[in-house]
Amino acid sequence: MKHHDGILKFFSLSIIWLWLVIFALLPFCLVTLASFASHDDIHLLSFPVTFANFQELNNSIYVKIFKQSFYIAGICTLICLLLGYPFAYIIARMQSRYKSLFTLLIVIPFWTSSLIRTYSMITMLKPKGVISSILMALGIIDKPLSLLFTDTAVMIGLVYNLLPFMILPLLTNIERLDNRLVDAARDLGANRFTTFRKIILPLTMPGILSGCILVFLPAMTIFYIPDLLGGSKSILLGNLIQNQFLIAQNWPLGSAISVVFTLMLAILLFIYWRSTGKKEHREFL
Amino acid sequence: MKHISSSSYLTAIYLFFYIPILVLIAYSFNNAQYSLVWHGFSMRWYNDLFSDSDLWVAVLHSCILGISAATIAMCIGGLTAISLYRYHFFGRKILYGLIFILILSPDIVMGISLLILFSLLQVTLGFWSLLLAHITFCIPFVVVTVYSRIVSFDEYIFEAAKDLGAKDSVILTRIILPLLWPALFSGWLLSFTLSIDDVIISYFVAGPDFEILPLKIYSMVRLGVKPEINALCAVTFGLTLTLIVISQVILRKKP
Repeated sequence: MKHHDGILKFFSLSIIWLWLVIFALLPFCLVTLASFASHDDIHLLSFPVTFANFQELNNSIYVKIFKQSFYIAGICTLICLLLGYPFAYIIARMQSRYKSLFTLLIVIPFWTSSLIRTYSMITMLKPKGVISSILMALGIIDKPLSLLFTDTAVMIGLVYNLLPFMILPLLTNIERLDNRLVDAARDLGANRFTTFRKIILPLTMPGILSGCILVFLPAMTIFYIPDLLGGSKSILLGNLIQNQFLIAQNWPLGSAISVVFTLMLAILLFIYWRSTGKKEHREFL
Repeated sequence: MKHISSSSYLTAIYLFFYIPILVLIAYSFNNAQYSLVWHGFSMRWYNDLFSDSDLWVAVLHSCILGISAATIAMCIGGLTAISLYRYHFFGRKILYGLIFILILSPDIVMGISLLILFSLLQVTLGFWSLLLAHITFCIPFVVVTVYSRIVSFDEYIFEAAKDLGAKDSVILTRIILPLLWPALFSGWLLSFTLSIDDVIISYFVAGPDFEILPLKIYSMVRLGVKPEINALCAVTFGLTLTLIVISQVILRKKP
């Protein structure tokens, strides 16, 4: 009997471990190895081992792209937070019976392919597109406004695609907020601003942090948004890596970029994890 | 006053979400290729869309891929979640951490690392490479969905079953699976959605012989303005709405 029980446990655990080792750990080790390989025209990867790829990253072009990616992703996260927080707050505290409908309405656009949603932004932003035409009809501008192929367009596209990732964790977090704490603060004479700063904000911090992570991480790597909406100068990390792998065919350099990028993210996540402690870390899952 | 300002704020954000999609849908009926000006009602883009056989092959491929990846990920992820909950074994915390890391690891890094793996193992890029990649990125989401459900179970059920002499396999088939199937199903659905919408990972591990929908759309969109896309947007949006209405009706009927 005992023997029989062991089989199921052994079976499930060996499958998942094998899978994770072969398709997650091994590939990541390979990327790390590849980042030390050298590049030539015949082989995608070749040895001897070298640090040249990392030295090349010191090049001002790459440093600039790293900075620009973090900057754009950071601004995008901030905009999503500023737009999403009040939105999530209003819906979470809503007393209406249509509350679940309002939540559903946030998710519906999600099920349309994100590429199509990005494409819809082209229609909105192009010189003779919807926004430009409306502004011209209103007489605010007198010649067609071209937003397309600029960093602003990339930013709008990112916010449009990622805003729900900010709203949803915030919504679950704010819904759990104990109303009595807010009432108590008001009864004790705190004004709206103080109540928000001292009670609501700290209690919803886990939601804010998970929302920010869910927006910030993809913002740097969704290469198709800068590709479709941005100009030749809006290259983010995702585009750089994609370029090195599929166009320039320089896998070692592409791997080195990914390794550095992953390390930076790991440090950020480690700080997040240390600052929230284990409990929230599990809540995030 | 407060009420008005908050509802207008909500309206503004919802407009931001929906106007671009609604504009595309409106233009899918416009009888002109580039112009934003209304040139009369036409169904010609729908004709183009439905006669584009490449596109429908890609849709079929995506469905096959999504269904297989979601099913396998559901089995492996489900078993993992059950093991994480029921057994205490060496490396349990590491496994848990690994799954957490896998969820947060950027898609692009997963894409290139699998590309390197497949090219070293000389796996031809196509259906199999896509399937392996999609299962890999779906598993953690299934584990998380199922695990969060299983921890809400009453532990005494398992103990009672054990005391009454049930083997592990009996506990699994008679107790855990019947209780768990809604969570398994939502894990499956989530995996299917992720698989059918994934661009970044698929972009690296797809081959020329097996075109899937997201990559097909990507190549169409990159070529510039295509009214066919507008029609496709209208079709998927309509399909989503229908599915939602159906699921709401089914949920309403159940107490």
